[in-house]
Amino acid sequence: MVISKKRKFLQYFLLCLVGAFFLFPFLWLLDTSLKNDAQIFKFPPDWIPNPVMFSNYKDALHAIPFLHYTGNTVKIVFFAVLGNLISAPMIGYAFAKLHWRGRNKVFILVLATMMLPFQVTMIPLYSMYVKLGWINTIAPLVVPDFFGKAFFIFLMRQFFLTIPEEMSQAARIDGASEFRIYWNICLPLAKPAVVSVGLFAFIWSWTDFLGPLIFLTQSDKWTISIGLSQFTTSHGLDWKLLMAGATMFMLPMIILFFIMQKTFIQGINTSGLKE
Amino acid sequence: MKRNYEKVKAYSASRNQKKLAIVFLTPWIIGFIAFNLYPIVTTFCYSFTKYNLFQAPQWVGLKNYFTLFTSHEFYLSLFNTLYYVIFGVGLQLILALATAILLNLNVKGKSIFRSIYFIPSLMPPVAASLLWVWLLNPKYGLINTFLRFLHLNEPLWLISAEWTKPAIILMSLWGIGSTMVIFLAGLGDIPHVYYEAVEIDGGGAWSKFKNVTWPMLSSITFFQLISGMIAGFNIFTQTYIISQAAADKSSLGGIKNSLLFFAVNIYQEGFSYLKFGYASALAWIMLLIILIFTLIIFKTSKKWVYYRGE
Repeated sequence: MVISKKRKFLQYFLLCLVGAFFLFPFLWLLDTSLKNDAQIFKFPPDWIPNPVMFSNYKDALHAIPFLHYTGNTVKIVFFAVLGNLISAPMIGYAFAKLHWRGRNKVFILVLATMMLPFQVTMIPLYSMYVKLGWINTIAPLVVPDFFGKAFFIFLMRQFFLTIPEEMSQAARIDGASEFRIYWNICLPLAKPAVVSVGLFAFIWSWTDFLGPLIFLTQSDKWTISIGLSQFTTSHGLDWKLLMAGATMFMLPMIILFFIMQKTFIQGINTSGLKE
Repeated sequence: MKRNYEKVKAYSASRNQKKLAIVFLTPWIIGFIAFNLYPIVTTFCYSFTKYNLFQAPQWVGLKNYFTLFTSHEFYLSLFNTLYYVIFGVGLQLILALATAILLNLNVKGKSIFRSIYFIPSLMPPVAASLLWVWLLNPKYGLINTFLRFLHLNEPLWLISAEWTKPAIILMSLWGIGSTMVIFLAGLGDIPHVYYEAVEIDGGGAWSKFKNVTWPMLSSITFFQLISGMIAGFNIFTQTYIISQAAADKSSLGGIKNSLLFFAVNIYQEGFSYLKFGYASALAWIMLLIILIFTLIIFKTSKKWVYYRGE
C-alpha cells in the first residue's frame, strides 16, 4: 500500500495543529509564571521571559500559606487513596468472583449510584456531617472512600472477571479458604487494576474542589484547590503568582503521569466499558 | 461415592463464598445506605420544607416547586445547562473521536503526540480554569493575541454574556484527553480485515468510517455519551472560578447569569442563601431531568448501538 507523500504531510500537519491547541496553553502558563508584571502586560507579548523570574515561585509559596495547604491536601489524599485501595478490590471481588443470589441485580444499583450527581446528595450529607461534628475535619472527604466508590468497584469487578475461574478452582481443590483465594491468588493478579484505582483516587482527591469548598469552612483546614481559588479574591489578580501556584499544584500529577504512563492509559481503557 | 463427595465440596465452597461475600459487601451496604439512599430520600423530604440548617425543617408542601417553576433563574439555569450539555458535550465527543482517529494513523512519534493531547486532561479543574481566564483575557490573553495576528474578530470572551458559554466550551475541549484515550483503545480493537473488506469493495475513507469504525465504536460512544452528559450536568468548578475572577463577584453565575448552570444554582440557593429546602427541590428536578435524558439515550441506542456477537 503506497501512501502518497502529500497525504503523509497532511497527517503530520493536522497532528501538529491539534497538538498546538493542547500544548500552547501550557507554554503560556509556564511563560507567564516566569515573567514580571511589565512583561506580562507588554504588547505585543514576548515569548521568552527576560529576566526569568524564578522568584515568582518563592513568592507564590508565601502569598498564600501554600505549604500548609499542601500538608492538608496530602493528609486527605493519603486517607482517600488508602480507603479506596482497601474497599474497592474487596467489593469488586464480591461482585465478580463470589457467587450469591441477586448479584447482578445488586450490581445495577452500584452502577446507578455512579450516575447520581453529588448535588443531589450534598445537602443532607452536609447536615448529617454538621450533626456528627465532622465539618472542618477531613472525615467527610475520606470516610466515604472506605465504603467503596462506585466507579472503582466497577473497575475492579471488570478486571476480576478477566481472571479465569480455573485458578480459584485449583486452589479450592488444594484446600485454600475463600479468603486465601482472594488474598493470595486473585488480588496479586489484579495488581494493574489496583494501581489504577490508587492513581485515580489520588487525582480525584488531589484536584477535588466542591467537597473541600463545602466541608472545610475554616481557612487553616483548606486544601490547595481552595487556596488557589482564593488567590483571585484576597490578592487581586496577580497573574504571575497565580500561574506559578497553578504550575506547582499540577506538578505532582505530571510527574506521576510520566512515571506511570502505561498504567494511566490502561486504567482509562479498563474504565471504557470494554468487554 | 466420589461424585457425592464432590457435590458436598461444591456446596461448602458456595456456602463459604456466601460468607465471604457478606463480609466483603458489608462496607458497601453501609456506604450505600449512608451516602446514597439516605441522602436521596432526605433531599426529597427537604424539598417540601423551608430549611436553613439551623432550625428544624418546616413543612411548606409544594411551595418550593411552585416557586421553582415560576422562577426566571430556574429556566435560565436549565437553558444554560442544556446549551452546555448539547453543544459542549457534543463537540467534546466529536473532537475526541476525531483526534483518536488521527492518532490511530500509522505515523511516527505517536506516543509523543498522545502524551501532549492527554496531559491537559490531568490538569486540576481549578488550575485549568484560572489558566483559561488568563488565556481568554481580551487584551493580554494568548487567544486574542493569536486572533489579532490573523486579523480576525476578537471576542470579549468571559466579560460578554454572549461569549461566556462558547468560552467555557472551548475550555472543556482542551481536557478531552481521557475520552480520546478510550476511543483510541476501541479503535485498536477493530480487526484489520474489516477495513480490507471495504477496500476490496472499492470503498474510500468515508465508507470505512461509516461501515466499520462507527458501528464498531458505537458501544463505547454510548457509554461516553451517558457519562459525558452526567458530567455536563454537574459543571460547577469552572463557573465558580470564573465568577470569582470576574470584577463583579455578586453572583456565581458570571456576567448576566450567562454561566448560571444547574449545579451552580443549587449551590448558590443552598450554601449562599441558606435556602436548603428550595435547593433540594432543584436537586430533585435535576435528578429527574438526568433520568429522562438517560432513558431517551437508552431508548434510541437500540437503533445505533451495535454489540459484537449480536
